[in-house]
Amino acid sequence: MAITLTEAAAKHIKKSLAGRGKGVGLRLGVKTSGCSGMAYVLEFADVVEKEDQVFESHGVQVLVDPKSMLYIDGTELDFTREGLNEGFRFNNPNIEDECGCGESFTV
Amino acid sequence: MALLQISEPGQSTAPHEHRLAAGIDLGTTNSLVATVRSGIAETLADENGLHLLPSVVAYLCDEMPLVGHEAQDRANHDPHNTIASAKRLLGRGLDDVKTLGSQLPYDFIEESGMPRIRTVAGELSPVQISADILRSLKQRAESSLAGDLTGVVITVPAYFDDAQRQATKDAAQLAGLNILRLLNEPTAAAVAYGLDQQAEGIFAIYDLGGGTFDISILRLHQGVFEVMSTGGDSALGGDDIDRMIAEWLLQQAEIGENASPHLLRQILGAARLAKEQLSHHEQADIQLILEDEQKTPWQIQLSREKFDALVDPLISKTLLPCRRALRDAGLNPEDIQEVVMVGGSTRVPRVRERVGEFFQHEPHVDIDPDKVVAIGAAIQADILAGNKPDNDMLLLDVVPLSLGIETMGGLVEKIIPRNTTIPVAKAQDFTTFKDGQSAMAVHVLQGERELITDCRSLARFELRDIPPMVAGAARIRVTYQVDADGLLSVSAQEQTTGAHSEISVKPSYGLSDNDIEGMLRDAMTSAQQDAQARTLREQQVEADRVINALRAALKADGHHLLKRSEFENIQQHLDSLLHVTRGDDPQVIKQAIDKLDQVTQEFAARRMDSSIRKAMQGHHVEDFQNEDAAS
Repeated sequence: MAITLTEAAAKHIKKSLAGRGKGVGLRLGVKTSGCSGMAYVLEFADVVEKEDQVFESHGVQVLVDPKSMLYIDGTELDFTREGLNEGFRFNNPNIEDECGCGESFTV
Repeated sequence: MALLQISEPGQSTAPHEHRLAAGIDLGTTNSLVATVRSGIAETLADENGLHLLPSVVAYLCDEMPLVGHEAQDRANHDPHNTIASAKRLLGRGLDDVKTLGSQLPYDFIEESGMPRIRTVAGELSPVQISADILRSLKQRAESSLAGDLTGVVITVPAYFDDAQRQATKDAAQLAGLNILRLLNEPTAAAVAYGLDQQAEGIFAIYDLGGGTFDISILRLHQGVFEVMSTGGDSALGGDDIDRMIAEWLLQQAEIGENASPHLLRQILGAARLAKEQLSHHEQADIQLILEDEQKTPWQIQLSREKFDALVDPLISKTLLPCRRALRDAGLNPEDIQEVVMVGGSTRVPRVRERVGEFFQHEPHVDIDPDKVVAIGAAIQADILAGNKPDNDMLLLDVVPLSLGIETMGGLVEKIIPRNTTIPVAKAQDFTTFKDGQSAMAVHVLQGERELITDCRSLARFELRDIPPMVAGAARIRVTYQVDADGLLSVSAQEQTTGAHSEISVKPSYGLSDNDIEGMLRDAMTSAQQDAQARTLREQQVEADRVINALRAALKADGHHLLKRSEFENIQQHLDSLLHVTRGDDPQVIKQAIDKLDQVTQEFAARRMDSSIRKAMQGHHVEDFQNEDAAS
């Protein structure tokens, strides 16, 4: 399995990285917190860690640490617009349940 | 599902991160701490399951002070080191404390500045004592929430002045608490009942505690709470109800004046118990052990009906300030949309009934009246800590007593009337009283009375460099400004030259609520007398003005424009005016002024002619015509 980006997501990430002026790619992950147990991490990455798994999608380097990989393997990251709001959405096949607002989830 | 944004490395925010925040009701007799857990605001109990923390601190030698029930137990045998009611001393000057101090058993240190109490643990200020109470509540909150508090909201009475609010903040800082905001107690009660969720409304908050009564009228307008008026009685509360019943018991049991303190305590205890029973039952059984040789048990039944008759006069006493607060707010009872009950004494059914009748509304009583303020504070703290970012409340405040300026004759001209919501700025124009007057003293006063001697002096300053002008020609604008923190600044500016002077004062610094109450009461009862005094002073000032002007005129032109007999006639009337001015009948002074005006009319006319003649001397008529044409 792998982590993939939609074209819209890749385009937005490239633009953000260029605007930021530095960074080797995007780090995806999970951390334990929130009302349903886990929450996504979505950060710029400045270095590639030794144990990171590295994916390449539409020209963007995506880094995931092995522990997070267990929970998000197969995820497609999308960038969408909802009304006035725009942002990233994790299409994660692993989740069983998420909290009302979707900021945290259980696998 | 929520949409996410990319964060900087290591800075992802945790979802639903709940910042721990608490609301604290720092009361005179009892204090409470509350917090919002899982969306529900509740007060926190100590390890013994008790929610109310008596606001009492006992200081010990070389040990941590005891706070609450433990401290209360020591009050009888160690009164000097067991401090209760520190809130009454917060933010007060030494003078205020002296009057209060005579009723308190503490060893006050008589030095200038902040009052301090001598205890075995050293000299302590009311701020330090309050900080010890807050520290105890902080520990309770942090141990039951298992985390550090991000911030707290502390409630204060609506009538607390700037100094008292600052002292409360200082105490919080000393206790290591981050203060998010001070909240008025009545506003907190309204928030607890969710009245802030409405769009608009006018609410009455009736707070009858153990020893104090407060009424506040709040207005909610476009999501903003505004205190329209406050009132109350700082010596009226549940303790008075107990005393009422106790007196009745003394009468019924035919116990005379010489009852022992022990018996009196027993009777007071029984009275309190009966009062509590009567909140839920129609009748209370009271048992006493009389102090005769047989230790006769004695008992009586107190019916709800009789109890109601006993407390009615007390309730009526609370309705007076209610009426006054309504009048201050310019409202009638039917304008009130909701009534909230606060304070343990509002559990008495008769109180609820009468208050309901008065405001023509069933009062809110669902939340424990002892806890309602702390709960409202907790809800506000939760919002301010950022747990509910979309919700914000802005709370406004009022000036407790009118702010005015001294005018000639020792009169007070009110510039900002009491209960004006702050921030506020008001200006008024004044002028000079004498020809060539080059300076003006600005005396800032606070109070409701007409004469400066009956109001409190806040500050004095001088405006200098007024250009020489005839009396009444200068335009001096005096501006009073009270900012959101209750800080008053006064400035004076001469309009033609821009000469400027200003000063900052803390309004009502050191004024106790008793003083404020007293000053308000005086203003009511002496309204008539004040009005007379005002008329007298006004006439005296007018007489002085006329005398000054006439003397100047006589000196300049008296000798060549008046015949000796005319001069003497005027001089005689001038003397008689001088004489009556020292009297106290404004009518007589007015008549003398009028008389003098009559006899000097001819003189005034001649002066006018003479000055015109002087101005025209040596000129041709054409000169004036030319000037007219040029202008």
